[in-house]
Amino acid sequence: MVVERGKIREFLRALHDDPDADASEPPVAPPTFLMTVAHWLDDLAATRPGVVLDRRRVLHGEQEFEYRRPIRAGEVLTVRSRVREVYEKHGRRGGAMLFVVSETEFRDAGDAVVAYMRNTAIETEGSAPA
Amino acid sequence: MTTSQLETGTILEPIEIGPLSRTDFVRYAGASGDFNPVHHDEEFARASGHPTVFGHGMLAAGVLARVVTRAVGREGLRRFRVRFLARIWPGDVVRCEGRITRRYESEEKHLVDGELSARNQRGETVVTGSFTALVPS
Repeated sequence: MVVERGKIREFLRALHDDPDADASEPPVAPPTFLMTVAHWLDDLAATRPGVVLDRRRVLHGEQEFEYRRPIRAGEVLTVRSRVREVYEKHGRRGGAMLFVVSETEFRDAGDAVVAYMRNTAIETEGSAPA
Repeated sequence: MTTSQLETGTILEPIEIGPLSRTDFVRYAGASGDFNPVHHDEEFARASGHPTVFGHGMLAAGVLARVVTRAVGREGLRRFRVRFLARIWPGDVVRCEGRITRRYESEEKHLVDGELSARNQRGETVVTGSFTALVPS
């Protein structure tokens, strides 16, 4: 994944932020920017290798970012994802819900881990999502 | 606000966005690369059991992150976590708030922890979150 200056600008604008507000050079990627790894994969589902969820029934449960240092425009990151946990829970409305917790690791050119992104996706049962 | 003013209990400056439009959702889809059609395709959303399209949780989360970075900058962020409680719909106005819950030192570095929440115009909490950031001494 290449951390691109133009994508950072576009991402900030999508969050109604002022892309010129932060004057650091090269620009630092905003906290949730690693979501744009989707542009480097077939689909965000690729961050859950081996697990196929029905996107009509998938809810986003949680998302976590852990940074070892700031990530700046121009960096080239290597991405590796794994599924850490899969479990089932019963919802308040009785339906079974499948929880999938995945972790994506981002390494820099020197092979040092710079960040982790952790995702909890929830697949609801049936055709009426909670 | 300068980071030296960040003490336990400091209220961060809130950010409000909205009323959200379908264009906001499409723009976030393009910027993030998350093209799940439930966020832009009305027919797909209805066929999937939703009353209409709804916004990406990460759109609200990204605005919550702005509350943090406006207070502490982007460089010092060490952890940012969000939990989604309700969806955001076209027409919603989302207000994002945060406060510092703890200021402390660890390995001679100054850190702050904080908690975050985003609410819609009906007063429902849609996202909660927490963060840890390095701040200058």
